[in-house]
Amino acid sequence: MLKINNLHASIEGKKILNGITLEVNAGEIHAIMGPNGSGKSTLASVIAGKEEYEIESGEILFNDEQLADLKPEERAREGVFLAFQYPVEIPGVSNINFLRTALNEKRAHQGLEPMAAKEFLTLVKEKAALVQLDDKLKNRSVNEGFSGGEKKRNEIFQMAMLNPKLAVLDETDSGLDIDALRIVAHGVNTLKSAENATIVVTHYQRLLDYIVPDFVHVLYNGKIVKTGGKELALELEEKGYDWIKQELGEEIKV
Amino acid sequence: MAYTEEDLKEELKGKEYEFGFTTDIESDKISVGLTEDTIRLISEKKNEPDWLLSYRLKAFNVWQAMNEPEWAHVHYNKPDFQAISYYAAPKQKKVLESLDEVDPELRKTMEKLGISLEEQKRLSGVAVDFVMDSVSVATSFKEKLGELGIIFCSFGEAVQNHPDLIKKYMGSVVPMTDNFYAALNSAVFTDGSFCYIPKGVRCPMELSTYFRINESGTGQFERTLVVADKGSYCSYLEGCTAPQRDENQLHAAVVELIALDDAEIKYSTVQNWYPGDDKGVGGVFNFVTKRGLCERNAKISWTQVETGSAVTWKYPSCILKGDNSIGEFYSVAVTNNFQQADTGTKMLHIGKNTRSTIISKGISAGKSQNSYRGLVKIGKYAQNARNFSQCDSLLMSDRCGAHTFPYIECDNPSAKVEHEATTSKIGEDQIFYCLQRGIDEEKAIGLIVNGYAKEVLNKLPMEFAVEAQKLLEISLEGSVG
Repeated sequence: MLKINNLHASIEGKKILNGITLEVNAGEIHAIMGPNGSGKSTLASVIAGKEEYEIESGEILFNDEQLADLKPEERAREGVFLAFQYPVEIPGVSNINFLRTALNEKRAHQGLEPMAAKEFLTLVKEKAALVQLDDKLKNRSVNEGFSGGEKKRNEIFQMAMLNPKLAVLDETDSGLDIDALRIVAHGVNTLKSAENATIVVTHYQRLLDYIVPDFVHVLYNGKIVKTGGKELALELEEKGYDWIKQELGEEIKV
Repeated sequence: MAYTEEDLKEELKGKEYEFGFTTDIESDKISVGLTEDTIRLISEKKNEPDWLLSYRLKAFNVWQAMNEPEWAHVHYNKPDFQAISYYAAPKQKKVLESLDEVDPELRKTMEKLGISLEEQKRLSGVAVDFVMDSVSVATSFKEKLGELGIIFCSFGEAVQNHPDLIKKYMGSVVPMTDNFYAALNSAVFTDGSFCYIPKGVRCPMELSTYFRINESGTGQFERTLVVADKGSYCSYLEGCTAPQRDENQLHAAVVELIALDDAEIKYSTVQNWYPGDDKGVGGVFNFVTKRGLCERNAKISWTQVETGSAVTWKYPSCILKGDNSIGEFYSVAVTNNFQQADTGTKMLHIGKNTRSTIISKGISAGKSQNSYRGLVKIGKYAQNARNFSQCDSLLMSDRCGAHTFPYIECDNPSAKVEHEATTSKIGEDQIFYCLQRGIDEEKAIGLIVNGYAKEVLNKLPMEFAVEAQKLLEISLEGSVG
């Protein structure tokens, strides 16, 4: 589904990604871990198509299509979803109206008619229950005055509504207490299918107790330096990121 | 190749003013220039009584002694008042028996404007008066309103058929001496709308006037007079458009509202005069005096969505004369490219327990300048007067300007006056958030701006809220940067 080949990317002339290669297939959950500043969020932003980031070389293929040729909104309509680390507030625009607009844009892209109001509301009800989103929040302005946990749940709610092929969760666990973490993880796990894939970007192993990854990649200095199964996350948690640095140091010496 | 934002900007820069068509109608237009004879000619063409002619001539004298105001935060080349034709009327059969007799070209114009009179009649129950250039050409629904005793007609007809009401109320809120443009209008006004709601009557439908400047080299000077008698209610909407022209056209209107004891008037404006092109050429100068008078327990609400005009100078105001009267002003003013707007309100608290609310939302894009100017004046006898003002500015680019000039004068210690102001820039992160959800930039800006202006848009009558939302989106397309 997603193939990243030797990707180099920078922001404002500063190089952040130094040759990332990664393949994600349908039905898989990948975790990307790494210390602060290793390029995790940059990778998520580049996949979503954030303007400030420049791809210097390499490519990202999404279902064999060059992502770089697609505008951010086209990527979204094709099924790329980014759950933001810091969800943005849009005053005066109700959550529901926002989602209906987004959903219908996607449907238009697929050649479908806008969803009928009744069908839409049924869907909202079903998906909101998945992340236990408070009824009030549906009609409030997008993320305005939401608590940290509510914002993150709202992201997963949107993901559930839009049903993406590839979801990238950027530090969705940050700022969540244990209950909210469980709720968010339950949402993600329920949405998992053989047709979609998820990339979980996280600093801590904690989230991976609830969302069990098929692969764990360690990002360091803009490169994937280690890949393993879910046990790698535990090892990281135990030994800390210094362990990776040391290991790398040894490799360099050799 | 990827479609970049630059491409988008380029594409949208020339986004055409949707209403920039002209209508090919034979027109009765007098030659340019302004003298006493011009005024006599207008008065004669309109078959006016002597008292009105002397009113005009008096106003002309007043005007000649006045100077054009310069205090507003706008810069433009002053109009040459001798280069304007002060009267242009679409030629047509003298008296219309029904709407079906309206000139087909004119009807096409109305349809292009989206005011298919038939449709509106059937669907929304809105009574429409249509003013093209200088004269009112069609008023729908007259009979139905007549059954309730409501008078809704062109100003010219009112002069003929209801001279007592005109004599009594014309100039009672905006006297001819009020300001330069009001004086000019009082001298040369050609038509407009008149509305009278009798005692205790609740007008069952929206009353609406559509203004359009069609002829080149003309100015539009219309007057609107709305009188709501004791305990009555009406909601009134005006819409404005003009063709695209390289010259600056002058629109200097006067609107007077009178709400007698316990009456309520809601006055909504969707102003979409041609704003000029992206180089700042052409566009309408919109210099308008609007004011309402509230007697005891009366209420006047001004709601305006201002997207057009090259230069706007306009302060819909309320004189809260009666005790317990209420004044409201809800405004969204959008400026793009080289547009300039200096707009706001005056709330003059005279009676006891008077209350006023001001919500102003400015949106500036391109290289435009957008100013809010407002006065809250609490008089000596206005015990327990209350005012709440909120002025927000949204910046869409780094070359535009937003300015706020709030004036507060308070002569009564029991008054409570609150003023809040914010300025924000439309966030790239907000737009990216929308993009990432599959909403393109144009729609994203529409969503964000409509969200920002929601408090005001919610005050518009349903039928027009949608139109106003669309206008906001059209006006701001491709303007982030």
